[in-house]
Amino acid sequence: MTTLILATLILGVGTFAFRFAGPVLRTRADLPPRLEKLMGVAVVVLFAALVATSTLLDGRDFVGFARPAGVVVGGVLAWRKAPFVIVVLAAAGTAAGLRLLGVP
Amino acid sequence: MDRRLVRDIALVCLADGFVGVSFGAITVSEDLPIWLPILLSVVVFAGASQFVFVGLVTSGGNPIAAMAAGLLVNARHLPMGFAIGDLFGRSWLRRILGSHLLIDESVAFALAQRDPMQRRAAFWGCGIGLFVSWNLGVFLGAVGGTAITDTDTLGLDAAFPAVLLALALPALRDTATRWAALTGAVIAVAAAPFLPAGLPVLLALAGVAVTFIGRSPADRTPPRSTPSHESVSPESGVAS
Repeated sequence: MTTLILATLILGVGTFAFRFAGPVLRTRADLPPRLEKLMGVAVVVLFAALVATSTLLDGRDFVGFARPAGVVVGGVLAWRKAPFVIVVLAAAGTAAGLRLLGVP
Repeated sequence: MDRRLVRDIALVCLADGFVGVSFGAITVSEDLPIWLPILLSVVVFAGASQFVFVGLVTSGGNPIAAMAAGLLVNARHLPMGFAIGDLFGRSWLRRILGSHLLIDESVAFALAQRDPMQRRAAFWGCGIGLFVSWNLGVFLGAVGGTAITDTDTLGLDAAFPAVLLALALPALRDTATRWAALTGAVIAVAAAPFLPAGLPVLLALAGVAVTFIGRSPADRTPPRSTPSHESVSPESGVAS
């Protein structure tokens, strides 16, 4: 039990350290524009990787078809400039509907 | 903050709140103490790592190993912090609070806005909203249990990637960014079956190298081919 509390607290402190490093080290507001741009690209790359892995995989295994289908529907709607709310509801609705029909 | 942004953020908070309820309920149903999901959600506040942590502890893993796995999942917050670190200004209080509220969704909402004022509003609105809804959800699930332990039935597992995708889409109009993102996504998915959660997404950062290709010779760094190492995917997670 003590170990569990300790592990939780250290995970919290460590996670905070990851989050805090950027804001605390970036004391100057004006970085070279190229570096600024590069960091922006890095975050988009992270998001793309998160989208891809969380769409296709559950842990290390393929997640099934319902979730990717939902994300694709949402993605197409977002690309066609549909409102954000529609995008999210359509993605969730598609996945939920397919599962209701027995699609994994 | 305009009304549309408030509505968009509210929807994400609602969806994540449901996932929080299920996280709380599942954790307690695995015979873990009721305080664990609640404490985790307040001090860690990163859904994917919380699921990984609880999953490992439940399957008999050492809590210290679970902590290490959770830290690996959260390491991506480091580059995110650098990208939006100037958003908090110089106030220490704001930098500390803002850092704790730094999660995928708050960063994505901030970066999807054009002007600095809107960015700040989106970050704080989403960060605070999610902190409240996530913790409230986890608390309710832990204390009261729930009928919905499987949020996949509601399709909420498809909502998280759709949210990030929709918010990142405007940035993908830039060709170099688009190629970098695509490369990173391929690296992460290819690596996911072989590496622990969190690492594949970090390896995806190698995709940034693609933006150096095709620069004018003056400022070109030698074009690197994307490393072919494979990475593993993090658990899909809300409020991660």
